[in-house]
Amino acid sequence: MDAFMEHETDSPVLRVDRVSKIYTMGEVEVHALKHVSVDFYAGELVVLLGTSGSGKSTLLNIIGGLDVPSEGKLYFHSQEMTAASEAEMTAYRRESIGFVFQFYNLISSLTALENIQLVTEISTQPMPAEEALRRVNLGDRMNHFPSQLSGGEQQRVAIARAVSKRPELLLCDEPTGALDYETGKLVLDVIRKVNEELGTTTLVITHNVSIAAMADRVIHMRSGEITEIERNERKLSPSELSW
Amino acid sequence: MKQLNRKLLRELLRMKSQMLAVAAVVACGISVFVSMSSVEYSLRTTRTAYYSDYRFADVFMQARRAPVSMMERVRNIPGVAAVRSRIIADVTLDVPGLNEPASGRLVSIPDRQRPVLNDLFLREGRYIEAGHPEEVIASETFMTANRLKLGDHVGAVINGRWKELVIVGKGLSPEYIYEVQPGAFFPDNRRFGIFWMSRSALESALNMTGAFNDLSLTLARGALEKDVIQRLDRMFRRYGSLGAYGRSEQLSDRFISDEIKQLGIQITILPAIFLAVAVFLLNIVLKRLVSTQRDQIAVMKAMGYTNEEVGLHYLGFAMVPVALGALAGTAIGAWLGLGLTKVYEDFYNFAELTYYFRFNEVALSVLLSAGAALFGALSAVSKAVSLPPAEAMRPEAPVVYRPGFLDRKEFQQKIPVSVRIIIRNLERRIWKAALSVLMIAFAVAILIAGRYSYDAVNHIMLIEFSEKHREDLTVIFNEPRPLSVQYNLASMEGVLEQEFYRDEPAKLIYGHRSRRQSITGLKTADGLKRLVDAHNRKIELPEEGILLTTTLAKVLGVTPGDTMTVEFLQGKRRTARVPVGGTIDELLGLSAYMRSDNLDRLTEEGNIVSAAYLRIDEDKSGQLFEDFKELPGVAGTSMIKAMQESFEELIARSTTTSTVILTTFASILAFAVVYNGARISLSERARELSSLRVLGLTRKEIAVILLGEQAILTVFAIPLGFLIGIGLSMLLSLGLSSELYRMPVVFSNFNFIFALFVIVIVALFSGLLVLYRLNRLDLIGVLKTRE
Repeated sequence: MDAFMEHETDSPVLRVDRVSKIYTMGEVEVHALKHVSVDFYAGELVVLLGTSGSGKSTLLNIIGGLDVPSEGKLYFHSQEMTAASEAEMTAYRRESIGFVFQFYNLISSLTALENIQLVTEISTQPMPAEEALRRVNLGDRMNHFPSQLSGGEQQRVAIARAVSKRPELLLCDEPTGALDYETGKLVLDVIRKVNEELGTTTLVITHNVSIAAMADRVIHMRSGEITEIERNERKLSPSELSW
Repeated sequence: MKQLNRKLLRELLRMKSQMLAVAAVVACGISVFVSMSSVEYSLRTTRTAYYSDYRFADVFMQARRAPVSMMERVRNIPGVAAVRSRIIADVTLDVPGLNEPASGRLVSIPDRQRPVLNDLFLREGRYIEAGHPEEVIASETFMTANRLKLGDHVGAVINGRWKELVIVGKGLSPEYIYEVQPGAFFPDNRRFGIFWMSRSALESALNMTGAFNDLSLTLARGALEKDVIQRLDRMFRRYGSLGAYGRSEQLSDRFISDEIKQLGIQITILPAIFLAVAVFLLNIVLKRLVSTQRDQIAVMKAMGYTNEEVGLHYLGFAMVPVALGALAGTAIGAWLGLGLTKVYEDFYNFAELTYYFRFNEVALSVLLSAGAALFGALSAVSKAVSLPPAEAMRPEAPVVYRPGFLDRKEFQQKIPVSVRIIIRNLERRIWKAALSVLMIAFAVAILIAGRYSYDAVNHIMLIEFSEKHREDLTVIFNEPRPLSVQYNLASMEGVLEQEFYRDEPAKLIYGHRSRRQSITGLKTADGLKRLVDAHNRKIELPEEGILLTTTLAKVLGVTPGDTMTVEFLQGKRRTARVPVGGTIDELLGLSAYMRSDNLDRLTEEGNIVSAAYLRIDEDKSGQLFEDFKELPGVAGTSMIKAMQESFEELIARSTTTSTVILTTFASILAFAVVYNGARISLSERARELSSLRVLGLTRKEIAVILLGEQAILTVFAIPLGFLIGIGLSMLLSLGLSSELYRMPVVFSNFNFIFALFVIVIVALFSGLLVLYRLNRLDLIGVLKTRE
């Protein structure tokens, strides 16, 4: 709870207020999230740490407007997103959220540049797609199809795609989960750069404890609950990480 | 270009074989629709224009001999707009280059001006000149069939006198769009033709000065045809009227009207099947697409694409191939329609059969195919739209398998694992399997139904030409003759056997229903002419009463045992009460038969004959034909074999075309269903098959698993297709049958063998294509990717 106190004067970008999520699978009810409350502030990089099944992906999906909570409320600035209509949710994702997935989820039939343009052509104030690619050091791979790119390159395209709309929130779901050590670090560095240079509030999900060291704050989750929120006194740069 | 559209296009290209299959099926359906409906419209429009341009009459009447003075009285009948009297005579002809005698119908035309009604269209040459009684305008089909030119001479026996006719014009008339000899069904253009000649020439040749024997008239707007016919019948009774009738009973118009009606029926059935298959294909292809692109849908939604944008994107996968198919189908349809119009020109003699291609057809086909695309894409698109993004992120839940019929202990050991996999896959989605079977069965059914009409026409010809008629030649007298004419014929060298019959024009009345119908008096039901029904069963002539064809009995509403009133229209014009002695299920036309002695008794005129069936000695036919050409009192001769040959040639041309088209279309249909089924199966099971390969199964073994499923579907589809094909043919038989002819529901074994053969070939071919894909599949690579 201490960590909250330091931001008390700022209003959070996003507020998660006693959110629960219950899945019904056959006759079994799975409590994926249990009364989770947490705030996120402008420009911070938060790592959401937890093992498989801890509820971190569910939380991320709810924050990103991909899923709706069974209970509780979600506020984006002062707007209650849990009361938003389908159209408002879509607009929220379209304008304010950038997603990065574990398996990149690029559209295989579009080139790197086109994958980014897929986003830029529906956002109101995007950065040029080429610039987004240059930011992730892929200026020379623009016209390659996903199948012609390595995993790390694909993930960087995915990051470029996510940030090209200049979202307020960048949500990364196990961004290094499918990558090797070196490539993983490279990708994390790109995320750091985006967070620092663009000031995008960034949320990274991982089960890799070492990655937590690059965050401003680390949220620990277990069995659908937040067990601990800690603040890193000194953030490490991804190049300093090891696992 | 929008990136989403680029994605659509690239992925469509990647799925091109599947999409082409969908497009091809749509193209087939639309082309059938466009061609049939444009031809139907063209025939209808051309006929209407032809009738109105050449002032085709509304009501017709033949009489023995009526004075011209009656014309004024006809004009005064309320509702009559224009009237024309004519002299018509059927004669024997001697045509250069033709051994056998031909028959001609001489139709009078005014010496100086064009006819007010039933005018002719002059293709070539000129109108007759007054003062030249020998000049005639001959019908185009007759001239073409006999390679006659303007200026050629044709000999004719008119009223017992030999005349030389000179052809000065080549003509056509709305009255003879379908040109057949009176009493015949099949055109024999070499041996029957129409000749228009000067009224005065015919008057003097037939001793008909101041008289006429044929009347036609048009009705004023709002006039009741029935009333006018009644008045005419009363007025011309004493002049030997055979009863007036409207256009619907005019032979040529009936043929063309039936044809138009039949086209109208075909417009609906076939395209509906093709579009139904297209809907099915789109449904399975798109469902698979949406399920393989779950993660992409999730990503699009996560990026902020709206449900409408995502839905439209996937709808595009249906719209593009369907639009391509519709476009190609419309073009092919227009081309087929044009070709079909040419085929119709062989059957029907129009001054000009114009092919009309309307915007209407295009609009309707666009509407129909868009509907099919929407319908086919509906479930897949709604699945894509309704998929919650968070759920779409996760791989699809694995399929639930339950122990089935084959998992009982006694089976387990006996059935190889590969077969169990196949069976379980079929069991698991039994509805999809059933639908696939149904779609392949449709292809089989189209093949069966496509050849059905060929079998039916063949059967009609077999019955009509071989079973019913054993004579070589029919000689029709121009008026009833005493039976003593038999001695004349018997004395002719080369006549082996002769059999006489009598055709007595009559009106059959039962309750409020009535029908003009000649009664045929026969000595025996099993002579040169035999009475056989549609199934080639011999039917006896009833001892007493009349034998009606089933269709005629239905028209009159009588059943055997009922008693009808018969008004004879010739001679003493007796009216008699006649019991219905039985019915005979004949394929062509309406007929009424009676024992000739009964007929003689009822008419109170005995021993009269109107025609003779002859069997002749072929070696002596040359001289015999020459004799017939000059025999007086003969209205015409017809030769059953020649008629058969001429009709077979005509039918062969048209059925070959339609068989080729339908076989091609059915093959495309079968290919599309089998190929797409196997492709989707391959895509769904690539991982599973790869795993099996890694476990050590050979390429051949996994091919069996993949293609075995399609093989089983095809095997089930064949008998079902036969059944649906039979049903479809029955439907066609109902639709194509009319009073004029009934299409028997008969199938040759060849039809089924042919359908089986085509389907097996198509299935093998699509199997090979999928096998090629399977062999190229990077099996190990597939394993590494996330499902």
